[in-house]
Amino acid sequence: MKIGVFICYCGENIGRTVDCAAVAQAASRFPGVVCSVDYKYMCSDPGQNLIKNAIKEQKLDAVVVGSCSPHMHEKTFRKACADAGLNPFLCDISNLREHCSWVHEDIVEGTKKAIDLIRISVERVKRNVPLTSIRVPVTKKALVIGGGISGIQAALDIANAGFEVVLVEKEPSIGGHMSQLSETFPTLDCSQCILTPRMVEVYQHSKIKLLTYSEVENVEGFIGNFKVTIRKKARGIDESKCTGCGLCMQKCPIKKKAFSEFEEGLAYRPAIYVPFPQAVPNLPVIDRSVCTYYQSGKCQMCVKVCGREAIMFDQQDTLITEDIGAIVVATGYKLYTIDKKPDDSEIKGYGEYGYGKYKDVVDGLQFERIASASGPTDGEILRPSDKKIPKKIVFIQCVGSRDESKGFSYCSKICCMYTAKHAMLYKHKVHDGEAYVFYMDIRSGGKGYDEFVRRAIEEDHVKYIRGRVSRIYEQDGKYIVKGEDTIAGMPVTIDADMVVLATAMISQPESKKLAQTIGVPYDKYGFYNEVHPKLRPVEVSTAGVFLAGACQAPKDIPESVAMASAAAAKSLVLFGSDFLEREPTVAKVAESVCAGCFYCQKVCPYNAIERKEIKDRQGNVIKILAYVNSGLCQGCGTCNAVCPSKAVELIGFNDEQIYAQINALG
Amino acid sequence: MKVGYYPGCSLTGTGKEYDMSLRKVVNLLETELEELNDWSCCGATSAHATNHLLATALPARNLIIAKHQKLNELVAPCAACYNRMVVTSHELNSNSALERQVADLMGESARNGIKILNIIELFQKIGLNKIKEKVKVDLKGIKAACYYGCLLVRPFDITKFDDAEHPESMEEIIKSVGAVPVDWNFKIECCGGAHSIAHKEIVVDLSKKIIDDAQRNGADVIIVACPMCHSNLDMRQKAIKKEFPTHKEIPVLYLSEFVGLALGLKPKELGLGLHLIDTKSLLEKAEIKG
Repeated sequence: MKIGVFICYCGENIGRTVDCAAVAQAASRFPGVVCSVDYKYMCSDPGQNLIKNAIKEQKLDAVVVGSCSPHMHEKTFRKACADAGLNPFLCDISNLREHCSWVHEDIVEGTKKAIDLIRISVERVKRNVPLTSIRVPVTKKALVIGGGISGIQAALDIANAGFEVVLVEKEPSIGGHMSQLSETFPTLDCSQCILTPRMVEVYQHSKIKLLTYSEVENVEGFIGNFKVTIRKKARGIDESKCTGCGLCMQKCPIKKKAFSEFEEGLAYRPAIYVPFPQAVPNLPVIDRSVCTYYQSGKCQMCVKVCGREAIMFDQQDTLITEDIGAIVVATGYKLYTIDKKPDDSEIKGYGEYGYGKYKDVVDGLQFERIASASGPTDGEILRPSDKKIPKKIVFIQCVGSRDESKGFSYCSKICCMYTAKHAMLYKHKVHDGEAYVFYMDIRSGGKGYDEFVRRAIEEDHVKYIRGRVSRIYEQDGKYIVKGEDTIAGMPVTIDADMVVLATAMISQPESKKLAQTIGVPYDKYGFYNEVHPKLRPVEVSTAGVFLAGACQAPKDIPESVAMASAAAAKSLVLFGSDFLEREPTVAKVAESVCAGCFYCQKVCPYNAIERKEIKDRQGNVIKILAYVNSGLCQGCGTCNAVCPSKAVELIGFNDEQIYAQINALG
Repeated sequence: MKVGYYPGCSLTGTGKEYDMSLRKVVNLLETELEELNDWSCCGATSAHATNHLLATALPARNLIIAKHQKLNELVAPCAACYNRMVVTSHELNSNSALERQVADLMGESARNGIKILNIIELFQKIGLNKIKEKVKVDLKGIKAACYYGCLLVRPFDITKFDDAEHPESMEEIIKSVGAVPVDWNFKIECCGGAHSIAHKEIVVDLSKKIIDDAQRNGADVIIVACPMCHSNLDMRQKAIKKEFPTHKEIPVLYLSEFVGLALGLKPKELGLGLHLIDTKSLLEKAEIKG
């Protein structure tokens, strides 16, 4: 056997505390080693050529590279070997940097240890066998969870590249929070005007299968090969018959029982309803909790007026399964409310602002509806309690956000901008009105963002007060807002007609449950965690799952859209090839030894152990053994460690190799 | 049931009626108060504002006495005493260096597991149902504004009592004796506290705002659980009237006095005659004879 050893100095990183030339010289005397060289930068082009030429010229059977961590350059060196015609799995990396030079100071001791590390690596590589990567097919279909602007963008990008998309939205319509917004910062263009064409595009796209009023129930499988179960909740409507004429909504006798979710509780909706006129799909849904028929078996007004016989009271939920290659999670956010929370809750409400009891103390989304041309006041700024024009509005930023005593330490990021927008919209509509903004800091980083805030202050004369509000209470029809002006060092009291709270953006209430279903890590607030905050911002640790939008952290529309396109691009990278190459270093069960105890199944963190029936010639099951699904196996070796009969082998990392390494240290 | 009792200076002086009424009410509710022997000053504002060690050592002395009397619970009806006791107890248990310093001064450790109660917690411990059973006088026409002030519910991390921004425990007691608590805005606003002595004008201003809001919301009486609050809201009404002649007087009662009235105790027994603002309007409305 001919083995080549290549020792890298890594500039000074290894060279400083390891005498690389001495290591190379020592290695040249190890049994089986036919060439041993050292070089300043082995990962560089000339360095790689050293390896390639040695393989060709000396007909090497295996290679050991003494360099940095295999995390860094294992791929580089294996590829160099493959280029020279050597099986890449006959290349072993000995970590002389993180495991030796970086953690030692003495060059004599460091060199000694480096020689030992190379020695054991040589013994190990002698027992390496050529392996070929596992090829798994890729299902070229994406699942996008969430039909807000992020989900819409990701779905359109993937579908426009020519791949199938299943878009799942839990509400009856797509559009998300963006469909509720009046105008958008920093350009003040109408939210609906820019969003609804996209919604229609999704609906009409031949490559997009739209499942609204549906939720992801289960996800099995692995990258390229997910099997997803989706629950399509019963609308109570035959979708193939309904034309969306809206007669059922008009005639439904439930007028003032259910608050409209779309209008953020500022208006009522019937029991059978389409969330908003531009909803996609334009199909109603029956709210069974208020519908008279479901309560008492009477009414059926909608059945009587529907000319298409589309009402189906007895419709049941249906389960749909889909084969999926990549998943984009775009489940969005929710707004925090100031109402009283249960005692055991980590987040607290605002007793000092009345725990939500004042009708004219509204949150940001409610103000969006009040300011929206399609809202309950047709865009006229009227306060909810008496429908009068408020002459003085106080906007309070950071309600919840950045307030640890309320359970949040993070900044919700968009509030500085939308508060400036709200104040501006108000001033544009109520010219003699006064707008005050209480703020902690103005965080307006972004293209044209700070200019926007300055415009609110300088052109629209919004009065910004730096400080917190300690109390809001009602007195003689006014809302008394008591706060502090920390720049003037004075307490401030404002008798406002209306108060708008920029409450924190929080994760969706079901976010943790969904994360557990898909295998997405999340932080303590329920926001999803990316693999790397800088270099892999849309990937999660489960391969084949990508993040888009505010489900990861609070963010605005441009950022959500950019992230959605990034998640789509990542999905498309996956769809770019017919097969996925996976590391062959996975576990394998020796069927003649396995006793079928399934300890391995209990400990496997990736659910990769399956049950395999062994049958005789007549087809009778004679025993059941463990079987490793190599698509799911990550090669962690836990099954290998627990197997009482030593039936599990981790390919490329077997017991024989480990014993040889230990023995080499003698 | 037996509970330790630390009256503090106010309850022997300006807040004498608080002590009178509490002892009688608790007695009717079959609870025994065991007063600390030879108790001393809690330090309140003065020590607290000048010397941290002294401010800790003074309540610590009383805690040591409580330990010697083998008390598990100690009620401090004055909100300032309660606050000093609770904070000291917390500091002794969480700050070992301070605890040792105080132990050196006192000759023994004051660390102990005694639970310090304020008056609301005492009533909760006795049980609102028990109070309800003993009610003899119908107060259902009386609207009461429960005033907590600052010290009763703060600092929240230490007192762990009620909701610091929106307390409602006193209202529950008012309901249990059949009266109606009003929904108002100033129940935890500052009354001016000890500024009453050096800066009367501050207290006149703050107390007037509190009283105005209670009256605006229909209160017949303001209920307090602190002698400082009582003197500011009761005593300073004369000064308020002088500055604002339209001011309408409103009686200010200790929680124990109000509960006492419901339990059938006579106004005189409860010390209502010691107030500066006549309680006649309340008694007449409740049809209680003096």
